[in-house]
Parts: sequence; structure tokens; C-alpha cells
Amino acid sequence: MKICVTAKESGIDAQVEERFGRAPYFVFIDEETGDAATVLNTGAGGAGGVGIKSAQIMVDNGAKVVITGQVGGNANSALSAAGIAVYTYRAGGSVKDAVAAYQAGTLQRIL
Amino acid sequence: MQIVIASGKGGTGKSTVAANLAWSRAQEAPVTLVDCDVEEPNLHLFFPGGHTDTPVTRLVPAFDSERCTRCGDCGRFCRFGAIAVLKDRVLFFPEICHSCGGCALVCPNAAITERPISLGRIEERHPLPELRLISGVMNEGEAVGIPVIQAAKEAAAGDAAIILDSSPGTACPVIETVKGSDVCVLVTEATPFGLHDLKLAAEVVSSLGVPACVVINRSCGDEDETEAFCREQGLPVFLRIPFSREIAAVQNRGGLISRDLPDWQAAFAGLYEQVIALAEVQR
Repeated sequence: MKICVTAKESGIDAQVEERFGRAPYFVFIDEETGDAATVLNTGAGGAGGVGIKSAQIMVDNGAKVVITGQVGGNANSALSAAGIAVYTYRAGGSVKDAVAAYQAGTLQRIL
Repeated sequence: MQIVIASGKGGTGKSTVAANLAWSRAQEAPVTLVDCDVEEPNLHLFFPGGHTDTPVTRLVPAFDSERCTRCGDCGRFCRFGAIAVLKDRVLFFPEICHSCGGCALVCPNAAITERPISLGRIEERHPLPELRLISGVMNEGEAVGIPVIQAAKEAAAGDAAIILDSSPGTACPVIETVKGSDVCVLVTEATPFGLHDLKLAAEVVSSLGVPACVVINRSCGDEDETEAFCREQGLPVFLRIPFSREIAAVQNRGGLISRDLPDWQAAFAGLYEQVIALAEVQR
């Protein structure tokens, strides 16, 4: 299963970004293979609709789970319509830490 | 002749000037007053009575789920993020759609058509035999009011004398209102904030090539800085409305000083003449 973590930089050692739509990077991790791929969020600086555009990136990249700080209303609608689960991580650690916390079952599901 | 009333700042008395100017003019000749402050129209408060409504719509996409292959071209094209294409359906967010129609153009399967949705309405009133009041009213929650302003101006188009009341500030709705007008009346008050915003408004109006003049509201006789600025910029000050208990009392009960106080009908009629003369000189 593919997990996406919103990040401030690229790679699994990057710090988690708490904003979803305006996250600079999305790090996709394949739970089975452990492979990680970073996608630049080209829409992060947009005037509006950034949450929906980001949700589209989740769909296009096949994520089933998103780990971020919080999501806005439109992103919420799009992610739930797409059946993507959202977990909140606010411990200020790295992408790797967030995935470990998710796998340990300590993250709160918000969507 | 199209006169626009503007002010850089809210609460300066723009609607007061527009309503009184229109009322005094309507005693002599037909005039059309247009409320272009579509987010918060208030001119009808001066002229109670019934009205007729015309809806203002905009076009948004409608997706044909039979023809749609979920290719995602429309979502990639939409720079506003109004469309998300999922595996099994398309999600559309009308409140962030800018009605550009681009999604319908890029769809390779002709699965997108455009349908109208309500954006607001135009209210029309005839409070006096010679006065026509047109108010643009935007729906609550709508993000872009420009089409309502355009529809309100369109409804007045062709009338002999048109007075437009713009929204406060210097943003897009003000520019949309001022555009194409013959002359602008800038309403200000002699305070540091009033002067600051008058400067911004004067710059906008001048960059649109519209000649302007100034009305100082709540004048206390201590307005050297405002006067100096107007002199420098060649902006004639055509009227001063004093800060007085008598005027405030009329305003507070929603009255018109041109109707309720002697002398003010003539004062606003005089303002109208001066404004028209300015437009004709500059032409």
C-alpha cells in the first residue's frame, strides 16, 4: 500500500510539513517494497484550490493513506470522495518518523 | 454621461453623495443611479419600495459521465483547482471555478458542456418619476462580483445620465466600476486615513484616464493637507459637507439631506453641474 507524507524537503529524512495543500513536497512510500519517491507540489504557491490539486496528486500517485498536519474543507471533500485515509502527525519529526508512528498505530485518523 | 462616485476608504460617505446627487438631479431631469457595491449594496435604503429582480448567472461545467473517460485533462488544465478527477467520477467545486470555459475546450471526448448557475441579481426600483435605481446584489459566499457589476452597468447602458456608486477601496470591483466612466467624484474625509486612501484612489482613477474631482465629507474646516494634495494633483474640490449635528441627524434616520434640509438640494444640483462641466472640459 502506498502512503504519502507531506514534507518540507525531498526524501524520507525531510521534516514533515503540517499543511496539506501548501506542502512543498509529497513523499510517497511503498509499504511493501520500502521505496520512496518525492513529488514536487507545483501548486503549493497557488492563489486557491491548492487542497483539491494536492488531492488530485494523491489520486494520480495511488496513495491510500496521507499523513499530514491538517487538511482544509475542499481537500477533505476530495480525499474522502477518493477513499483516501488521512492521519495527523504533529510531532515535528521526519517523514521516516511519521511512517514509523503510523505503522506503530499511534497516529490519530482525522478522515 | 456616466459619473462614478469612488473613495479609497469605506465609510467616507460615498453612498450619501451618490444618493443625494441623484435625488437632486431627479428633480430636474431623468437620472439612473447604479449601486455597484455588489457585496454590500445600500442605496436602496435611501429609497424604500418594491423592486423587480433579474438573475445574474455564470457558466460552470457539467460533466457527462457516459462520455467522460476520466482522462484528467480538465483537472490538469484548471489552474484554480476546481476539478478533481477520481478513478470513478469527477469532483467539481463551483465556488472556486472562475467560469473560464477552458475545461470544456480541452476535453477530448466532448463530455463537458456549460450550464448557468446563479451568481446574484439585479434589483430595479423607480422611487421617483425621474429616478431609476439599479442595484447589483451578489449572492452570499460568491467569490467574484465582477459579472454582477457588469450586469448592473449593462442594465443602465444607454440612459442619458448615469451615476455609479462603487465599492470602497481600490481593488478590482472599483476598477471595473470606474472603467468607461466620463468623470469620477472622489469622496474623502479630512483625516490622515482619508488622505492616505484618497491618494491611492486618485492614482487608480488617473491611471484609467478618468478626470476626477473631490468632495470632502465631515469637513471641520481644518483640511490643509487634503487641500494641498488636491492642488498638487489638479483635483478641484467641488463640495464640502460639514460635520454637523443637523446633517448627522438626517443621515441617522436614513434621510437625504438634499430633500430634508433647505439649501442642500441646490448644493447637490450645483455639484452635478460642476462635475458635468469638468467632464466636458477634459473631453
